[in-house]
Amino acid sequence: MLHGHQTWVFPTKPVILASAAVGGPFEAKGPLADDFDILHDDIWLGQESFEKAEKKMLEQACEKAIAKAGLKKEDIQFLLSGDLMNQIISSSFAARTLGVPFLGLFGACSSSMESLALASLLVDSKSARYALAATSSHNGSVNKQFRYPTEYGAQVPPTAQWTVTGAGAALVAQEGDGPKVVAATIGRVIDMGISDPFNMGVAMAPAAVDTIQAHFRDLGVGADHYDVIATGDLGRVGHHIAGDLLQKHNVEIPAEVFTDCGLLIYSEDQPVMSGASGCACSATVTFGHFLNRLRKGELNRILIVATGALLSPLSYQQKESIPCIAHAVAIER
Amino acid sequence: MSNKKNKKLSPTQQEYQSFAKSREPKRPVLKNCLRAFFVGGTICLIGQFFQWFYMTYFEFTDVTASNPTVATMIIIAVLMTGFGVYDHLAQYAGGGTIIPVTGFANTVASAAIEHRTEGYVLGVGGNMFKIAGPVITYGVVSAFVIGLISLALKALGGM
Repeated sequence: MLHGHQTWVFPTKPVILASAAVGGPFEAKGPLADDFDILHDDIWLGQESFEKAEKKMLEQACEKAIAKAGLKKEDIQFLLSGDLMNQIISSSFAARTLGVPFLGLFGACSSSMESLALASLLVDSKSARYALAATSSHNGSVNKQFRYPTEYGAQVPPTAQWTVTGAGAALVAQEGDGPKVVAATIGRVIDMGISDPFNMGVAMAPAAVDTIQAHFRDLGVGADHYDVIATGDLGRVGHHIAGDLLQKHNVEIPAEVFTDCGLLIYSEDQPVMSGASGCACSATVTFGHFLNRLRKGELNRILIVATGALLSPLSYQQKESIPCIAHAVAIER
Repeated sequence: MSNKKNKKLSPTQQEYQSFAKSREPKRPVLKNCLRAFFVGGTICLIGQFFQWFYMTYFEFTDVTASNPTVATMIIIAVLMTGFGVYDHLAQYAGGGTIIPVTGFANTVASAAIEHRTEGYVLGVGGNMFKIAGPVITYGVVSAFVIGLISLALKALGGM
């Protein structure tokens, strides 16, 4: 149900019946390792290519979420998934394996919340009994497509971020036990003219700020409504800028409430420069860590603002700036 | 940022960029230069050792010894790339590992490894020079231009 300008409120409160997070060896060394359902010690997952490894992780996340809910693939009406690969091959190929009716999405790293918002909308409107929201990214495949070969010796600047190798999936249902999706704010595309692909956090921060402000305005709530407000993958630099921007716009979010998934997934001594990025960043941290904390009762209400940089390797070579987007989903216990 | 680029940006964008700029960590240029100097210098020192080695123990002069020296350095760099060491060294050394011939070997080897999954022809063959290609192209073009200048100067009796 539309509430305000760009926010959906879900009166039936769709339930996240089960969720799953899959990660790679680098994620296994991070502080959130215990919140992953499956951790791989090989970034190849025994596959021939990084692309196939990513697809495999996405399949595993979907299958794990379905199994945890005690359901079968046939019970799921729709799979909504997106990723960073050209023509979203990870999602489409995983959907081929799962054989579930499929809606492919592209929201770059905002895909996690874009898919969760749409899955909740489908369930809330009774268009689906069970809908699965999923996304994935792989450090190797993303570097290959957007940056340089993995083994190429280029020095990255301190603003660069490390793409998460992983996948996350959340199964949304009409009823059952689990965290409930209560609202979602769909973001606008914001472009502040940043064109450096090693500076994604700075490019995406204004989009996150815009969506957070829209969410508060549409629902008539403030930061005190939430125990945690987490952006997707702004990293250290972007998070700092987003905080300052919010302050400039007179939106006060206490430091203990405002965080970023890209800062949580890796520890300080891991060489990730400004932090983590990638579709799997917000997906694994939300569908693993945050949902677990909601289930345990450590948190009551959270707002996840997944941020995405909508560039392509071609657009940045043609000196286009980076359009960015952020989608927010409010989840409560 | 150049003025030309600034003109394309709206006032809001310009305001944000200067807002962001003041909050971004800068590249540690001095530290990078020092590291590049020492690592690059060490690589050259190793190269010098091989040149001396080929001149002392084989029948090479200081001119002809450069060929086996370069080949040895390339083999070492390619092996280090394959074992996944070179990129970590490069994050530390920056320009120090890019400038010597080892950096060039790394660009070719890393691209070849990366695109192995697309097959030997379209993958390895087609992408091997993805990063090294521009260096070769503009190396040849600039060598040609410098050659022409040198020829013209000679013809005018300047050299």
